[in-house]
Amino acid sequence: MAAIELRGLTKVYPGGVKALDALDLAIPDGEFFALLGPSGCGKTTLLRTIAGLETATGGAVVIGDRDVTGLQPGARDVAMVFQDYALFPHMDVTDNIAYPLRIKKVAKAARHEKAAEVGARLGLDHLMDRRPGQLSGGQQQRVALARVMATQAQAYLFDEPLSNLDARLRLEARTFLKKLQRELGVTTVFVTHDQAEALAMADRMAVMEAGHIRQIGTPSEVFQRPANTFVASFIGSTPMNLLDGVARGDTLEVAGCKIRVPVSAEGRVPDGTAIVYGVRPEYMTYSAEPADGAFGGKVAIVENLGASHLVTLDVGDVIVQAVVPEGSEPAVGDDGYALPRRDRALVYRDGELV
Amino acid sequence: MAQAISPPPEVVREDGPARGDSTDAAGLGRVRAAVFVAPALLLIAVFLVFPALWVLYLGLTNYRLTGVAAAEPQFVGLDNFIAAVTTPAFWNSTWLTVEFVLGSAVIGQAVLGFTIAWLMRDRRGTLKRAVEGLVILAWILPSAIVAFLWVALLDRDSGTLNAMLGIPGFAWLLDHPMLSIIIFNVWRGTAFSMMLYGAALGNVPPSHLESARLAGASSWQQLRDVVFPHIRGHILTNLLLISLWTFNDFGPFLLTAGGPDGRSEVLAVHVYKVALQAGELGHGAAVSTVILLINLVVAVFYLRLLRSKK
Ligand SMILES: Nc1ncnc2c1ncn2[C@@H]1O[C@H](COP(=O)(O)OP(=O)(O)OP(=O)(O)O)[C@@H](O)[C@H]1O
Ligand SMILES: [Mg+2]
Repeated sequence: MAAIELRGLTKVYPGGVKALDALDLAIPDGEFFALLGPSGCGKTTLLRTIAGLETATGGAVVIGDRDVTGLQPGARDVAMVFQDYALFPHMDVTDNIAYPLRIKKVAKAARHEKAAEVGARLGLDHLMDRRPGQLSGGQQQRVALARVMATQAQAYLFDEPLSNLDARLRLEARTFLKKLQRELGVTTVFVTHDQAEALAMADRMAVMEAGHIRQIGTPSEVFQRPANTFVASFIGSTPMNLLDGVARGDTLEVAGCKIRVPVSAEGRVPDGTAIVYGVRPEYMTYSAEPADGAFGGKVAIVENLGASHLVTLDVGDVIVQAVVPEGSEPAVGDDGYALPRRDRALVYRDGELV
Repeated sequence: MAQAISPPPEVVREDGPARGDSTDAAGLGRVRAAVFVAPALLLIAVFLVFPALWVLYLGLTNYRLTGVAAAEPQFVGLDNFIAAVTTPAFWNSTWLTVEFVLGSAVIGQAVLGFTIAWLMRDRRGTLKRAVEGLVILAWILPSAIVAFLWVALLDRDSGTLNAMLGIPGFAWLLDHPMLSIIIFNVWRGTAFSMMLYGAALGNVPPSHLESARLAGASSWQQLRDVVFPHIRGHILTNLLLISLWTFNDFGPFLLTAGGPDGRSEVLAVHVYKVALQAGELGHGAAVSTVILLINLVVAVFYLRLLRSKK
């Protein structure tokens, strides 16, 4: 078990795609770290470069106190779960789990014992003689996890291991994985493009865009205070309202409405600066009555989110969204007012959080 | 809505009886289907089935190329077969053929073809195209040209090889006839194995190889634990095909004509000599039948392997 440190890591693929751009990242020992970002931003590349499956074009990968940048994957002492699990179809579950031990020349009896022990822990005891082709997706995923656990690696790398599971299994696996990582205490880097997964499981997370890390923090930091408009628009089950505006003394002029400066930006936006005002639909109070400092407009769409509704207001020529609790949703065409919570709204200047 | 849904069942009912007679998917009916396949069946009958049966028949007669027995062949029972398997030349040829198949096909073409495919698997560009181009060229050239090239290469006095090695007068085809035809056949036929293995390797999931690499597996362990199990079917199919092709290959005749002293007289050449040079068609047909049986045994052996431990 060891910390992972990346220094100025750069990866340029043949053909000139710069998948990682001078990336710095430090993951302390034992942390569950999630990598999140849109498709093609370089998450898999980052993981594979840590594992040594891709050679870095520049920079260094340090695991524990060893610089492993020039080492072969097998010498780095990391274990990885692939998106397709990569179980060997011609070996039974026991042999699959024990495979890394076999390569390390552990005696047959000892490695089978270890496989049985790890398998039992993951609830695979009655499946040990089966081939991967005779297992369900969730069972295969657990075998892949067991194979990783059977080796005492310095770090675990997971590339979207849950994406092949159906929604229900995914929720179960999420809880299970998190608990397992807690118990083992092995540094884990987890790639996902499901933000709910990252928010739910990670100790800390990084949001990536085009080979850069745009924000690192705990899930609640990232959710509540996105460091820039990219992260703000990327994170959240309903997209954050991001509205252009101008500072006017101690109010902001946004979409033709006068809004009070949020707590976090008080006294930090000089008169006349162009800003972007951000507030999550969840942090809006909707009412049918006009209110001071609220966005007023006509209800354009009402979407059912289950226990609540997402109301879209046409405010001038922009749209503002607010989440309304069940039972009090307006009808399309009504006049409506959405009052942002001052302690939750954010102000961005030049794309960065003020 | 209701109207839009109701018509299809009627259509099915109308079509039902007409299609009921024919069990084929296209709904042609037996007669029309038979007309479609008739030309192909006719060609197969005339050029494959009939000659095969004719050979079986000839093997039971004393039919000759010339002379009285050519005009009025006599039925001689199993005499030809007994003669075939009691001739020392036959067993010599069988043994040489086994050597030829193992040396040039199973070891030569398959191993070399796989090695080239494995080395070229991640490469793109000029080197890969050049290597593949050269290997495939040896495969597509007409036999007559290839034979001439090799005779010119191996010629005792003015051959290219001797000139390059600086050993004029070394008679490759006389001193090492089997080695010559084995290397010749490896050169000639590796392209097929290379292409087949190239395609097979493309189907090995990269994540499986990477998983093994992460565990610290060496190249050999990756081959043993990931690649070979994945392409087992391809390997056996490849060996089946090249074994049979090589077994029946007449190419060696173009280089050594079976000589010297029958030292490179593989079975295909043996049949030619018995049936056409010596004119004993009946005897030759019997040898051919025995070759066919050996081929069957080889094919069944590989197919058994293919089916086992699926
Ligand atoms: N082998 C490769 N050769 C060239 N370019 C590549 C290669 N692999 C990935 N890329 C490019 O590098 C960039 C990052 O790819 P990567 O696979 O790391 O994205 P990702 O964040 O994992 O995306 P996803 O969420 O879709 O899996 C992409 O622009 C991709 O097109
Ligand atoms: Mg990816």
